[in-house]
Amino acid sequence: MNQYRQDFPLLRNADFVYLDNAATSQRPDAVIEAEKHFYERLNANPLRGFYDLAQNATESYEQAREKTRAFLNAKSAREIVFTRNTTESINLVAYSWALERLTDRDEILITISEHHSNILPWQMAARKTGAKLSYLFCEPDGSYPEERVRAAVTDRVKLAAIGQVSNVTGRLGPVALITELVHQNGGVVLVDAAQSAPHGPVDVQALDVDFLALSGHKMLAPMGIGVLYGKERLLEEMSPFLTGGEMIDSVRLYDATYAELPHKFEAGTVNAGAAAGLGAAIDYLQDVGFARIREIEDRLTSRALSGMQALPGVHVIGSDRAEEHNGILAFTVDNVHPHDISAILNDDRVCIRAGHHCAQPLHKHLGIRSSARASFYFYNTEEDVDRFLESVAGIRRRMGLG
Amino acid sequence: MANTFYNEILIDHNQNPYHKHELPDANMTLAGVNPSCGDEINLQLKVEDGVIRDGAFEGDGCAISQASADIMLDLIVGKPVEEAIRLSGLFLKMIRGECSAEELDELEEAGALEDISHMPARVKCAVLGWHTMKEMLKKK
Repeated sequence: MNQYRQDFPLLRNADFVYLDNAATSQRPDAVIEAEKHFYERLNANPLRGFYDLAQNATESYEQAREKTRAFLNAKSAREIVFTRNTTESINLVAYSWALERLTDRDEILITISEHHSNILPWQMAARKTGAKLSYLFCEPDGSYPEERVRAAVTDRVKLAAIGQVSNVTGRLGPVALITELVHQNGGVVLVDAAQSAPHGPVDVQALDVDFLALSGHKMLAPMGIGVLYGKERLLEEMSPFLTGGEMIDSVRLYDATYAELPHKFEAGTVNAGAAAGLGAAIDYLQDVGFARIREIEDRLTSRALSGMQALPGVHVIGSDRAEEHNGILAFTVDNVHPHDISAILNDDRVCIRAGHHCAQPLHKHLGIRSSARASFYFYNTEEDVDRFLESVAGIRRRMGLG
Repeated sequence: MANTFYNEILIDHNQNPYHKHELPDANMTLAGVNPSCGDEINLQLKVEDGVIRDGAFEGDGCAISQASADIMLDLIVGKPVEEAIRLSGLFLKMIRGECSAEELDELEEAGALEDISHMPARVKCAVLGWHTMKEMLKKK
């Protein structure tokens, strides 16, 4: 029995197995309570009113920012911008940094294993600025050989946007090497930490990256709250992304001066309830501890991977070593479409993802149309893994394939 | 465990799709895409004097999309264009859960997909072939 499971209302009495954690996590009582507490006790529009209630709402919101700063080891809370999610964080950088700085002499470098949210904003930026969008291609097992990385980082690369963990192969992206090489040429690096931050410590100073994006909902927090970390110097120089309420210093008829960081990037009423939930999620994750989270996830991944390797017709995408999957096992079953895999598992009350997982270019590169994906979090159990394996073992028979 | 919608008709059409091949003498072709998964179907028909003389499809997809397209072609080959369009309307009606028993009979084996009406996530798979057929014939 897993001691954490009791903290999650949706899992407590569930007869299903939830293995779609790479899409979104479940939320513990503490997070739901924190959001409820905000609306029941502190609710007023943060950053505006001068009465006590509004001050309390502001304080709650800024406490969540401070917790996030500490979580990422940023130097200053001015470097922590709240957004809706990773997608919005990356778009902010594409619009406010890239559009004003890139030209047709520059290159944007991304990897083939990026999520669509770390591809489409750069397609847009390339189209509008004339910069060239270039891809770093992985090996069939999802790895990036050092020589290929070195060759890809030309002195024209002014921006590299790299996922820390692939949401298909689960493999680590070449963040450290790319950061070192791009910085040598004076470029900037954005890291998509959506799949990494829920599972391990992320230290923006140690990584020395310029921007880092993550989503709260993949790490126990409510949906609708995400984070953009940016180095203060860069954020200072950037124009606002969205403009409007509460991101100004003063507004005249035909122009305005903008608010200080980070409020310059938080136009309109913010999601203070979800931010309170994010603060509680960070507390919860730190109570459990990333060492423990890692240990549980590696054990579950290893059990699932070796079980799948023993099943005829089942192929796991990526490394054959569990510790290189970071809790993510995308797979195919010979002659069975992933939609059907997912539907059959659903019949056995096992929730997994099927499709391209917002990574169509990677699937195409690997020569796969689409795949099914099981992904684990620390509240999953060995029993969950066994029910998953039992269901996968029956797929080919149930599709009339013997 | 219940396995309600992967019934024999569906499994059979998925495994042995009679109409999944190239149709060299087709005079109408249209590609349809399922936007939620990127699955594609390439539908080919040979239409003469307002009657569908032959039809085939190619492409990749899940059992539901493949079987549905195969069943559809079984039903519409040999029928007038107007009748095929009417049947596609009936099929969509069935998927919305609004078909009468008599209408269901008209759809013959396609009635095996009736349960899809309870699975919103799979509706796009089931209607891919039908939708493509209707678009193609209406364009003409």
